[in-house]
Amino acid sequence: MDYLLLQVLNGVQLGLLMFLLAAGLTLTFCIMDLVNLAHGSLYMMGAYIAWTLIGWTDSFVIGAILALPATFLLGVVVEAVVMRRLYARDHLDQVLATFGLILFFNELVRVIWGPAGKSIAVPQFLSHTVEILPGLPYPAYRVAIIAVGAVVAALLAWLVARTRVGMLIRAGASNRRMIAALGINIELLFSLVFGLGAVFAALAGLMAAPLTSVKIGMGDDILILAFVIIVIGGIGSIKGAFVAAMVVGQIDIVGRAFLPDFLKTFMSSAAASSAAPAISQVLVYVVMAGVLIWRPTGLFGQRT
Amino acid sequence: MMAALRTPRGLATVVILLVLAVLPLLTQAFDQRYLLSIGTRIVIWAIAAVSLNMILGYGGLVSFGHAVFFGIGGYAVGILDAHGVSSGWIQWPVGVAMAALWAALVGALSLRTRGVYFIMITLAFAQLLYYVGVGLEAYGADDGLNISRSRFAGLVDLRDKASFYWLCFALLAATLWFCSRFANARFGFVIRGAKSNDLRMTALGFPVFRYRLAAFTISGAFGGLAGILLANEGAYISPAMMSWVKSGDLIVIVVLGGMGTLFGPLFGTIAFFVLEESLPPVLNLVQKGWGEYWQIVFGPMLVLIALYARGGIDSLFGRRHG
Repeated sequence: MDYLLLQVLNGVQLGLLMFLLAAGLTLTFCIMDLVNLAHGSLYMMGAYIAWTLIGWTDSFVIGAILALPATFLLGVVVEAVVMRRLYARDHLDQVLATFGLILFFNELVRVIWGPAGKSIAVPQFLSHTVEILPGLPYPAYRVAIIAVGAVVAALLAWLVARTRVGMLIRAGASNRRMIAALGINIELLFSLVFGLGAVFAALAGLMAAPLTSVKIGMGDDILILAFVIIVIGGIGSIKGAFVAAMVVGQIDIVGRAFLPDFLKTFMSSAAASSAAPAISQVLVYVVMAGVLIWRPTGLFGQRT
Repeated sequence: MMAALRTPRGLATVVILLVLAVLPLLTQAFDQRYLLSIGTRIVIWAIAAVSLNMILGYGGLVSFGHAVFFGIGGYAVGILDAHGVSSGWIQWPVGVAMAALWAALVGALSLRTRGVYFIMITLAFAQLLYYVGVGLEAYGADDGLNISRSRFAGLVDLRDKASFYWLCFALLAATLWFCSRFANARFGFVIRGAKSNDLRMTALGFPVFRYRLAAFTISGAFGGLAGILLANEGAYISPAMMSWVKSGDLIVIVVLGGMGTLFGPLFGTIAFFVLEESLPPVLNLVQKGWGEYWQIVFGPMLVLIALYARGGIDSLFGRRHG
């Protein structure tokens, strides 16, 4: 029972990280009509920039906080140099150009930081465990991720639903041309949204870094999972992305944790423990297929 | 034939096909065996690119999971081989049939959706099989599996590099022939019509979904054929054959060569491999050691191609007539 609870918490934590990534992706898609494969590169760049800044400042928190405006800047530059020219293009051009950007960023990282992976240590003040229930210890760092993820998700929901910028974002999502015609500086709005997406991606990347490692291509596989999430949730829906991220997080973690025991009932234990992670990945895609058969535009997508 | 030689496009096409047809003789004459292995890979990738072009170029359907058919064809050969079935007469039809079956399944699901959903679903289904490959401990999982080449007793020995090359080239020629028939048949015209306006095609009474599904399945079958050849080329299979980067490369090739043109995918494949092989040495000339980082140049090149060179290499030969 305790084991189950811990795995569910791990799933929530993964889900929140995935949500941060998926939120930026879904915003850029619904407002700018942009398929951005290079979103995972911003996740990677966030982690690498944080690694450098943490090295300079000798503090996880300061480094992490400084990395956010840095990636915001990077996002704005990428938007101005490349993305802006792609909004009016069809999806194929966007796929091609952003695929090129992935190659560019992966290689850029290799030039700047070298081919070897980096690791970011869990900050000292979070390296202990806390008892989330009496007699049930859980790493404080993971608690912190859940807390930060939940706060940022709430902030995003507030930003989109309650503020003037959020109003413009929602208006932009339903009719871009109209809000431009109403005198809104739409280019500024696009830069802002893209930069915001970059910050969320970087935040996810740098928070995940101490748990995994900072390496080239780290954003590529997780990006595809983020795509699956926004497809399940319905493209353009923040709420959908949140629900789908939670579901995918649970499938992935709980699958990894419990499938081996289940598989061992009918196969050798070595085979079971190597097949389980692959099967839990496969399960995610099976769920996606199921959702799409049932609702071709995702759980919260607009019906057409 | 002679008329084709009078246009730059026709001339270039004929020259390229002639060079490819005698490539083993050329590489032998100049003692460049390495070039033959690149040539073999170019021909195999061109088959896959032509097959992707059927749905991407003619059909306008951005399938981002085409490399999965490399994997299906390859694993069909590898798995059968691991169980002692080494005859190509069994392996190859099974590989092609499996690829077609998977394409029909994925097509039936993904063709119900449009635009960006279609891109992501084809990508996701390719990832699904990729992870299945990673989980197949019995067949090498992540590390892949060394296999022995398919046997066609008495007919052709695939271990002989030149014969294998000519077999691949013959299959490329057959694929191109099929594609030209496809593009100019009523079937192809429905697919092309649906690209520009599928509502209108539906209104004209064509069951667009079924046509597209058929095209998707055919395209997958040819992709599976390319996978079978790729597995035989290296005598090796691994999940990396179907990684999403390979799918991206295939899209790059088709766009680079010229979408919806018969020979565009072939031009694109050649250009892609030439760039891949020549960028590192060229960069090394500029500054020693830079060659390793060739993708830092290649990536922005793709951005520029996407932004400014939509017609691809084919359009360099001027506009098409008719």
